[in-house]
Amino acid sequence: MSDITKGAPGVPQAGTPASFALDFGKAWEYAPAPESPDHVKIAPKYELFIGGKWTAPQSKKYFDTVNPATEQKLAEVAEASAADVDAAVVAARTAFEKYWAKMPGKERAKYIFRIARAIQEKARELAIVETMDGGKPIKESRDFDIPTAAAHFFYHAGWADKLEYAFHGRKARPLGVAGQIIPWNFPFLMAAWKIAPALACGNTVVLKPAETTPLTALLLAQIIEECELPPGVVNIVTGAGATGAALVDHPGIDKIAFTGSTAVGKRIQRAVAGTKKRLTLELGGKAANIVFADAPIDQAIEGIVSGIFFNQGHVCCAGSRLLLEESVHDVVIRKLKDRMATMRLGDPLDKNTDIGAINSKAQLERIKELVASGELEGAERHSLACTIPEKGYWFPPTFFTNAGQAFRIAREEIFGPVLTIMTFRTPDEAIEKANNTMYGLSAGVWTDKGSKIFHMATQLKAGVVWGDTFNKFDPSSPFGGFKESGFGREGGRQGLGAYVEVE
Amino acid sequence: MTTALFKRSAPTRASRFPLFNPPPVDQVAIEERVANLAKRSIKKASKVAGLKLSISMMDLTTLEGKDTEGKVLQLCRKAVRPLDSDSDLPSCAAICVYPNFVRIAKDALGASGVKVASVATAFPSGQSPLEIKLDDVRRAVEFGADEIDMVIDRGAMLSGDYGKVFDEIAATKEACGPAHLKVILETGELGSYDVVRKASDLAIAAGGDFIKTSTGKVQPAATLGVTLVMLEAIRDHFYATGTRIGMKPAGGVRTAKQALQYLVVVKETLGDPWLTPDLFRFGASALLNDVLMQLEKERTGLYQASEDFSKD
Repeated sequence: MSDITKGAPGVPQAGTPASFALDFGKAWEYAPAPESPDHVKIAPKYELFIGGKWTAPQSKKYFDTVNPATEQKLAEVAEASAADVDAAVVAARTAFEKYWAKMPGKERAKYIFRIARAIQEKARELAIVETMDGGKPIKESRDFDIPTAAAHFFYHAGWADKLEYAFHGRKARPLGVAGQIIPWNFPFLMAAWKIAPALACGNTVVLKPAETTPLTALLLAQIIEECELPPGVVNIVTGAGATGAALVDHPGIDKIAFTGSTAVGKRIQRAVAGTKKRLTLELGGKAANIVFADAPIDQAIEGIVSGIFFNQGHVCCAGSRLLLEESVHDVVIRKLKDRMATMRLGDPLDKNTDIGAINSKAQLERIKELVASGELEGAERHSLACTIPEKGYWFPPTFFTNAGQAFRIAREEIFGPVLTIMTFRTPDEAIEKANNTMYGLSAGVWTDKGSKIFHMATQLKAGVVWGDTFNKFDPSSPFGGFKESGFGREGGRQGLGAYVEVE
Repeated sequence: MTTALFKRSAPTRASRFPLFNPPPVDQVAIEERVANLAKRSIKKASKVAGLKLSISMMDLTTLEGKDTEGKVLQLCRKAVRPLDSDSDLPSCAAICVYPNFVRIAKDALGASGVKVASVATAFPSGQSPLEIKLDDVRRAVEFGADEIDMVIDRGAMLSGDYGKVFDEIAATKEACGPAHLKVILETGELGSYDVVRKASDLAIAAGGDFIKTSTGKVQPAATLGVTLVMLEAIRDHFYATGTRIGMKPAGGVRTAKQALQYLVVVKETLGDPWLTPDLFRFGASALLNDVLMQLEKERTGLYQASEDFSKD
């Protein structure tokens, strides 16, 4: 393994006689700039949000949610049993029949707008809690997660009274009760992705957040309560896999929307086979980020970095396979190392932190296991030499060179800050390698030629192809996968289709 | 009469750079990158250190038709000792004036260590014959200028006559003798980041010690975006040769907050060795007082009135 260090001034790098190393040292250091969590109120204990009421779980069981950066317990959260899930589904069904499906779209829109505005008003608190519960840098929760979540509610509020225009004059009816299961990587944003279109289309919701990151979904329940939505329109049940399974298996559910791992997605698909339940799955990915020699290289470096290190790589559409045109391999590696030397790993609440904590111990173990397999299989590992905090779960930004297309690190989703770099010679070879995966969620293409981007976009089997950028999201742009990355689209006019029956 | 299909000056030194093929620049990504860097939170000790550093990097500038001896002398005093009440503050890096005031400035600054920079080469348009521009440079150096801030021929740049641009810079460098050469690209007239990159590479290859964004007479002047594009050119040159070229954003940097944003972009693009007046300068006039005001605020906890700072 080679360390990515801060370099030494003016010293030629070994093996590259005519080149010189940059020096990112301590000439002018940034003082700590932590966002203060003092005014944020996290309750010691959270109940289930069912039928508009905070309800103790019939199981009487609670589980802890911890801050992955400190390993400190943040709160106790109710564990919903099958009976609790049943109560939530019944509440959602009642709300569907009594209020929500009957309500004119323009009235539903007012509620959804209200949620969007309330999110903006509480943005700072939500960002801080998101960072404390999940470990992501505050600059990301502040500038991306929370504003994008608000944008999803705003966008879908606009659709609520215009659904008849979304399907070319055909009438769109709501499905009924949607059971929604979301992951821990973007807890609040995924809740918004799921809830906003469901509500806009006239469905009611039972949502289960991930067990490691339940807090912001519960804060969203508080917001929904304050916005005075009719009771039962949105229900939040917390818990782990068993709670999710109870939701999937419940006969009163009309639609399951799941975002998470491919393994769990397959189990869900089996479970709903032969039932009336509609299903959309947004699963794993192993996206190719393809850099051609004619790309704006310095900007491609930024795209590579945000592609894999955004949210510690806990991103299903992360650009985790970097395909470099062979002629620019060395220069890209060199520039990537220098760029990574400026990255700041540490306290996620510090406004200058670039890399926060890994979401959970289990995820850290999985990352370590896959990285070890990469080293064992013979790839060359390069990791940022940085101070790792004593407490909490951390992994330094890392990339592998000399990796084979067949290595596990090139095929399996690592879901961490670990990039696998390979080369290609021609556009056709890039396409073949990019598509040589069971996944198909996203891809990136870097070239100065617009025509090449469009050609690649038609050939890549991925739900989203980014041109000269990466990890860009907008509520109006549909998102979803090919192959084992799932099916169904979220966002845009296409995303509405998952929540309506079109006559 | 036939017209040449391609523009061609006399054989140029640029033609000896067959690999003159600057990389493309993506505008959206450049602006996203600097917007992200501008969000770095610089507080407390790092704020004070950054502001003091930025004073030491300032080319305190007056370039007006109404400049007088009195004005230049006042500015010299300010450059040597920016704040009477605080003798710990560094002096500015240089005074930047027209050639007519170089002697006066030189005498006034004496052994203070503050350098005299003079604009030359028919500043700001550069639209004069080369001989006149070179003469302008030689005289400014004769008068005692330590540094020469030249302008490139933007007309030649935009019409594709890169050889002419290169040759003029090379000739100016020769005319500078011992004086340092800063090459002003006037990025506000170049129209795109691609041309800024191209001009940066030319200026570096032709012998510029510094590359500089603007004259201050054209809007937009310095921006974080053009600065990053130019720093990337400097970085690629360093990678290839080990030689460090300096950078000077000029015009448009008016607040302490902006100055810190520029320092962040330099720090995270080129690293520590560039965080010195030898390799980074601000061309500014209004900036100094805002920096002083922020430093006083950090020192005393209170904002002073703008009247508390001398307006020279």
